[in-house]
Amino acid sequence: MSGYSREVARRVFAQEFRESNLSFKDGDDQYAPQYLLTPTGAKVNRVFIVGTLIEKEDIGTDSEYWRGRVTDPTGSFLIYAGQYQPEAAQVLAECETPAFVAVVGKPSTYTTGEGDVLTSVRPESIYVVDGQTRDLWVIETAKCTLERVNALESESGNSQRAKEYYNTDPRHYSLMVSQALGSLKETY
Amino acid sequence: MRQLAQEINTRFNELGVEIPIEEIEERLDKMINKFKVPKEEARRSVVNYFLKLHDINRGEFYTGQSESPLVRISDITEDGKWLNVRARVVQLWDNNHESISQVGLMGDETGTSKFVVWDSAGVGPVEEGKSYLFKNVVVNEWNGKFELNVNKSSSLESINEDIEVGTATVEFRGAMVDIQAGSGLIKRCPHCNRALTKGACMEHGKVDGVYDLRIKAVMDDGNFVQDAILKRDQVEEITGLKLEDAIAMAADALDQGVVLEQMKNQLVGKYYRMSGSKVERYLLVDSIDPVFSYDKSGLDELIAASEVI
Repeated sequence: MSGYSREVARRVFAQEFRESNLSFKDGDDQYAPQYLLTPTGAKVNRVFIVGTLIEKEDIGTDSEYWRGRVTDPTGSFLIYAGQYQPEAAQVLAECETPAFVAVVGKPSTYTTGEGDVLTSVRPESIYVVDGQTRDLWVIETAKCTLERVNALESESGNSQRAKEYYNTDPRHYSLMVSQALGSLKETY
Repeated sequence: MRQLAQEINTRFNELGVEIPIEEIEERLDKMINKFKVPKEEARRSVVNYFLKLHDINRGEFYTGQSESPLVRISDITEDGKWLNVRARVVQLWDNNHESISQVGLMGDETGTSKFVVWDSAGVGPVEEGKSYLFKNVVVNEWNGKFELNVNKSSSLESINEDIEVGTATVEFRGAMVDIQAGSGLIKRCPHCNRALTKGACMEHGKVDGVYDLRIKAVMDDGNFVQDAILKRDQVEEITGLKLEDAIAMAADALDQGVVLEQMKNQLVGKYYRMSGSKVERYLLVDSIDPVFSYDKSGLDELIAASEVI
């Protein structure tokens, strides 16, 4: 067994991701991984998102720097890919909108002058997928989110910390989940 | 308590001694109800009393419990269970602990497990490659893995049969979040079948490689990451790309990388269900299926579950 193990890609809806602003490192080490703790207690170093890429724009001045907006039933994720994410940037440059995409990436946060924290995703990879995959993702993300909401009452460190910091209202997120799932039924 | 008495009665019966159940019950009752002795202690004491009375060896009473069920290695899931296992000694490991006589790996058709023969067990030694019936061994959980302990109440019987050692089948369902380097169209060493890196084999140096298809996939279900290896058959099945076509593609582009690129575009980000055997951190895939649709009743259940919070 090597000491390194790959970080799990967490499943989080856009709304919850947007409402997250607690970012921290495990330990003082220079190479300690960076995490984002969400209101339901997901400790995120990597996310997996499947949604619809609805907008994309090259906002770079000297070199290409792509911003994409990927929506799920609860809101949208902002995705930034530049020269250090060449594969992802290339996909953003080449693909059409709208398109179903699967994104694997790292959460990143930016604090504005007013002190607001904005969350975005720095993609490791982006691939064009299909509508079925997107529906499967919504269900899986709903399941994972519900598991976390249910675990808010537990002793688990992440749940406790999230509750203390965000004062999380479980109803807020269970409602989000049920609306996201409900949206799947409307399309049939 | 009646049940406890019954158990003791049955066990003595097997040893050929008939003890009236009322008599057992009376003793148990006195211990448990009058003198507040814990159940297990009371049981031990009552058993000892009758053992002495009938002059039966304690060892015989306890170790003779061949009632330990015969269990397959993949079914070992609980710490502290006593069981019998038919297995082959796959490997003996170096042992540098004086109270341990042997340590190694044993296996049956369903999987493998570490085992420890304690010196105090006074059995063995076992030989590598031979099969045994391990009687009355106890399961111990260590570091999340199960191992089998052969101790002084265990026994060994050599069996004249070659047990085929297999591996347990594991299933995983999740999204493919990455395909690692060394996938797609690769070349293998004609001598040792190792994958070549930059045209050279670690063992045999520069060789004329043989083409093959393989995918090292990273699967992720939101809670766990599983590395999986797809061999040529599965790669051809899931991508629809045959080895010959892949070779032609690469020749066309003057680059093996195009094959990997196409596979990534086709597979990454989608959901699959796979099963196979687990070897260290890899799942060696025997079958893989794309997940296309979800179960509608499952969706309704999930909606209901979200509404009760």
